[in-house]
Amino acid sequence: MEEQQAQSGEGGAWAVIRLEEVAKTYDLGEVQVHALRGVSLEIGRGEFVAIMGASGSGKSTLMNILGCLDKPTRGRYFLDGVDVSGMSKAELARIRNRKLGFVFQQFNLLSRTSALENVELPTVYAGIAPEERTRRAREALARVGLAEREGHYPSQLSGGQQQRVAIARALVNKPQIVLADEPTGNLDSRTSVEIMDILQRLNEEQGLTVVIVTHEADIAHYAKRAIEFRDGRIRRDRPIEERLIAREVLPTLPAPEGPEAEKPEAGAAPAKDAAPVAPRA
Amino acid sequence: MDFLNTFRIALRALARNKMRSSLTMLGIVIGVGAVIAVVSIGQGAQYLVQQGIQSMGTNAVFIAAGSGRPGGARMGFWAVKSLTLEDLAAILREVPLIRQAAPAVISRGQVVYQNQNWNTSILGTAPNYFDIRSWAVQSGTAFTQEEVDYAANVCVLGTTVANMLFPGESPIGKTVRIGNLPFRVVGVLESKGQSVMGDDQDDRIFAPYSTVQKKISGITWIQFINASAVTPEASVAAVRPITALLRERHHIRAGEDDDFFVRTQSEVADLANQTQSVMTLLLGSIASVSLLVGGIGIMNIMLVSVTERTREIGVRMAVGATEGDVQSQFLIEAVTLSMMGGLAGIIAGLAGSALISSLLNWPTMISLKAIIIAAIFSGAVGIFFGYYPARKAAQLDPIEALRYE
Ligand SMILES: Nc1ncnc2c1ncn2[C@@H]1O[C@H](COP(=O)(O)OP(=O)(O)OP(=O)(O)O)[C@@H](O)[C@H]1O
Ligand SMILES: [Mg+2]
Repeated sequence: MEEQQAQSGEGGAWAVIRLEEVAKTYDLGEVQVHALRGVSLEIGRGEFVAIMGASGSGKSTLMNILGCLDKPTRGRYFLDGVDVSGMSKAELARIRNRKLGFVFQQFNLLSRTSALENVELPTVYAGIAPEERTRRAREALARVGLAEREGHYPSQLSGGQQQRVAIARALVNKPQIVLADEPTGNLDSRTSVEIMDILQRLNEEQGLTVVIVTHEADIAHYAKRAIEFRDGRIRRDRPIEERLIAREVLPTLPAPEGPEAEKPEAGAAPAKDAAPVAPRA
Repeated sequence: MDFLNTFRIALRALARNKMRSSLTMLGIVIGVGAVIAVVSIGQGAQYLVQQGIQSMGTNAVFIAAGSGRPGGARMGFWAVKSLTLEDLAAILREVPLIRQAAPAVISRGQVVYQNQNWNTSILGTAPNYFDIRSWAVQSGTAFTQEEVDYAANVCVLGTTVANMLFPGESPIGKTVRIGNLPFRVVGVLESKGQSVMGDDQDDRIFAPYSTVQKKISGITWIQFINASAVTPEASVAAVRPITALLRERHHIRAGEDDDFFVRTQSEVADLANQTQSVMTLLLGSIASVSLLVGGIGIMNIMLVSVTERTREIGVRMAVGATEGDVQSQFLIEAVTLSMMGGLAGIIAGLAGSALISSLLNWPTMISLKAIIIAAIFSGAVGIFFGYYPARKAAQLDPIEALRYE
């Protein structure tokens, strides 16, 4: 509970993410698209932020910059106190590999590649030895409750399971921040809550900083802070007042149908796995 | 990222499209296979030439009636009556570089023994012919100078003729018929195999030249002289004095063409070698065109693959792959493709040359150098033609790649 205090306020200790007047302009020759028009923002360690806003308001553009996939046209971006705005492509690749974890709306798993190998992918680029890679990937899969599915291919997994594999992949290099652009955009409401449950647990138990983009107001209620964008600017930045806890919401939702019910894995497995996983230092 | 890992990823990607990968390799397989086969066959030919030189004797000087000048209206030695036994005697007398010489007249005919018969050539010569050509008699004896003097009906068989007419039987002492004439077989020669020109030297009957001249061909002149110089160098040095002597004897004025030609064994060998290397060069260039086409095929498939896997590239970049990682992944894929093609090509080339050597009865020599060069070349083709697609993959923008449908 003390953790939560430190995380809830904007000030907190040290901001893991600090944006100073960040702007992004796409030059399309005749027209210039101002996707971001000067965004200043601080996100502290252990925060859980939901970014909202209408379509085209610049949410994905912001996420790409936060994720070091893109560089701002103007302004500066400090990640963990280091200015990354001027870094080389190779340095940015290294930061994406070590400090950041991505979750996409389309899951983006490699097809015809097992769940375990998908999760291993970031460790390959981190230059970790093969046995250690497999060990870490298994651990990450267990954390999202998919230990039994490590040999499955994405085509053999449900959407929710694929997204959990993607989360495991985001976690495997023990990043400080997980960035998720509409992680529940392709999922039904129950599966969405299951995904939020995993993210909430990671946030609380591991102190992981989580930033998600979502269109759905009820999904935003699982976060601790909501930032609303409009037309490339922050319109509103407020703490979530009546925060939902996915673990409490799940039992109230109608159980999934079909013989292959996901409940035992999604609901119970993370709880079971939560104990052996030590909180992050 | 380490090499072994990248290699594993490449192998897996190739295994996913087995049909496509193997078709892509085909160009390289054919190119490398052709190179290996051509070189093995070419080296086999070279070996034959060397053997030919040895079998003819390196001291050999060969004089034939007729003009040796290529092109123009060339009269064959068959029709030319210019060379005589007196010419031979004069050469022996006046060109000290020449140690011995044997006349030769050649004819063709049907040779019959009981119910076996065989069409072959009959060479009329002197007993020292076998010495000059360092050709040993395997069984029986050669005919003698006495038999030459009497124009006796005796003959020595080449092994091919012996095998055709006397399967499982000794020909010595038996009588064969050449045309209507009976000939007593006095000896069988050792096998000499193919000549430099590729014909079977054992498919021949040898008889005294006098017998062939009088009883078979009905001529008084001779067609060739097989001479032997004192040393290999002397054989080349003897060409000029022999030419001068024969021109004088044949009353050929300055400016007129010779009515004979003189060849040394080393010239013949050079000629054969030259023909060989032209052939090798020609086939080699066809092979390299095939390699080039194979390389373009690899480039094409790699470009398709990069486009197909744009999203995969985006994901890899998002989780931390650098440009270099992506580039080496695709480059190694291309090189693996071409090297596997090269390996298959080497195997195909070796199998092909073995097949040719058994079908055409032509010796092939496996060249380790050619195999190494082929392997290096196929790797180089992969690097050269894989570079551009790999570069293209590495320079993809991760955001666009992730959004690619
Ligand atoms: N590569 C690009 N080239 C040109 N314009 C772009 C590019 N990417 C984004 N934009 C523009 O920038 C603006 C912001 O786009 P962005 O993707 O950030 O919106 P978003 O808030 O994520 O919308 P959505 O909710 O629909 O995902 C849009 O007007 C979009 O058209
Ligand atoms: Mg978006």
